[in-house]
Amino acid sequence: MAKDLHLTEEMFLPAEDNYKEAEKIARPTISYWANVWRRLRSNKLAMIGFVLIVLLVIMAIIGPHINGYTYYEQDFTKKNLHPTAEHWFGTDSLGRDMFTRAWYGARISLFIGFMAALMDFLIGVLYGGISALKGGRTDNLMMRIAEVLYAIPYLLMVILIMVWFGKNSGIFPMIIAMTITGWIPMARLVRGQVLQLKEFEYVQAAHAAGAKTSWILRKHMIPNTMGPILVNITLTVPSAIFAEATLSFLGLGIPAPKASWGTMASEALSSILIGNFYQLFVPAILISITMFAFNVFGDGLRDALDPR
Amino acid sequence: MLRYTLKRFFWALVTIWAIITLTFIIMHSIPGNPFAREGTMPEAVYNNLQQHYNLDKPKIVQYGLYLESLLHLDFGPSMKSQSITVNDYIKNGFPVSLHLGLQAMVIAICFGLIFGVIASLNKNRWPDYLSMILAIIGISVPSFILATFLINYLAVKWPIFPVATWTSWSHTVLPSISLAAMPMAYIARLMRSSMIEVLSQDYILTAQAKGLGRSVVIIKHAIRNAILPVVTVLGILIANIVTGSFIIENIFGIPGMGEMFVRGIENRDYPVILGSTVFYSVILILLIFIVDVAYTWIDPRIKVTGESK
Repeated sequence: MAKDLHLTEEMFLPAEDNYKEAEKIARPTISYWANVWRRLRSNKLAMIGFVLIVLLVIMAIIGPHINGYTYYEQDFTKKNLHPTAEHWFGTDSLGRDMFTRAWYGARISLFIGFMAALMDFLIGVLYGGISALKGGRTDNLMMRIAEVLYAIPYLLMVILIMVWFGKNSGIFPMIIAMTITGWIPMARLVRGQVLQLKEFEYVQAAHAAGAKTSWILRKHMIPNTMGPILVNITLTVPSAIFAEATLSFLGLGIPAPKASWGTMASEALSSILIGNFYQLFVPAILISITMFAFNVFGDGLRDALDPR
Repeated sequence: MLRYTLKRFFWALVTIWAIITLTFIIMHSIPGNPFAREGTMPEAVYNNLQQHYNLDKPKIVQYGLYLESLLHLDFGPSMKSQSITVNDYIKNGFPVSLHLGLQAMVIAICFGLIFGVIASLNKNRWPDYLSMILAIIGISVPSFILATFLINYLAVKWPIFPVATWTSWSHTVLPSISLAAMPMAYIARLMRSSMIEVLSQDYILTAQAKGLGRSVVIIKHAIRNAILPVVTVLGILIANIVTGSFIIENIFGIPGMGEMFVRGIENRDYPVILGSTVFYSVILILLIFIVDVAYTWIDPRIKVTGESK
């Protein structure tokens, strides 16, 4: 038996120190966000939403300056025009260019949407974060307060605060009114996320390994809560735009010469009776496209962040 | 279970109190005086008015008086019309609004569930795409725009339904549809995703393997479980319908509470705004309370004790 064994000298040499080669990761690591982006890109509907949002933002920036009219310029010889070569979307009942007003309105509506989302984000993260990290009594009290406030119907509260602002109403009072109750879902979301993360093994491992709180916050908490927060932000923007349109429709919105989609829609409503239905089309389609874009993008983002 | 219900009820009461206080503070801290715009009013008349509406007393006394009158279900007088109180407004307006709201809710729930179930059973086929396109339109188009489009096409161009007002059943069709569209779309989407998840569960496979018929599996096993997430959002959807009714009633000229609320805002009639806000909030919070309690009843798996975590 032993004859069959060919034992050579090399077999007894110490093994080469190449195990590190085997452990090497052959492909570049795909980061979490790159992965999310890849999944998001394969979702056609979400990408349509994304492209629409980008287009809307671009048009909100350059749109009011394209055809040389201003949003407040009135020309009584050219009232209620249908779309022409001069006035691409026609004119309204005061002879103002609808194209310029539409994109000026986009600027205001989108600004309100983004600002409301940003304010909700800042207050919500602060409140929710503090509540979750403090824990115990503080947490309980803070969440009770939030819960009571949350039970107040959103639009009702916004209307009340706009009534309070009265004649001084405008863009900023509106953003404040929307923020006063709007931050609560974000705070609850952040609190829930932080509480959940605090219990995860890798966070405890980081703790055990001696990581500082700031490191854990920066490296573990924030990146891992960012997903749901982003989804919440994308879905806050359309609801703020919606609330703006509703308020302006009730006459509590942006003051007169300025335009938002809501004021345009409510102005157009009085023109319907004299047969100028197309005037409603412009704000109606723009509001609907915006709602559509943000909603499908938000949904796509949610799916991309949480593949199941 | 009883303890949970009582606890929830207690917090509902606290919330109602907080809303009353908050609205009172907001309404009474508005600069100016409700009678200031009446112009040249004799001093004596002004003083009488102030006294009649208790505006000459300190704010805290006014607050106490208001709370006391609310306990007697008295929402106070309207400042713009001497003979009508806020209670009269509510008495006249609420049944109309309730009718509209219920009709919209029934449409939203029935069609939302039907569309959602059809979509989930035909996943990635044309019924699915059709229902989801409808759902996306429902979520994207604000109710006041849908309402004006419906009026223009179904009442003005092809006069199938009346344009406005609230006298016969056919008058209720367009407002109910406009109000129901958004919650319906929401329910349809929720039901679809919840059904798809339930249909992939093992117990569905078990039921099928036992040889149960398709309809039994779908109705008894799938829908009953999939409907739970819809119940949780009912509270939000009711709030949505209530606040949506402000605008819909305004557009269609329906003499409901929303119309009265909006007119109160336009006239800056503070007792009307205050009274209707309180009334709306109480109704909403009680409804949400009922939905929450019903939810734990329907699904005993929900941990009642884990609620405060």
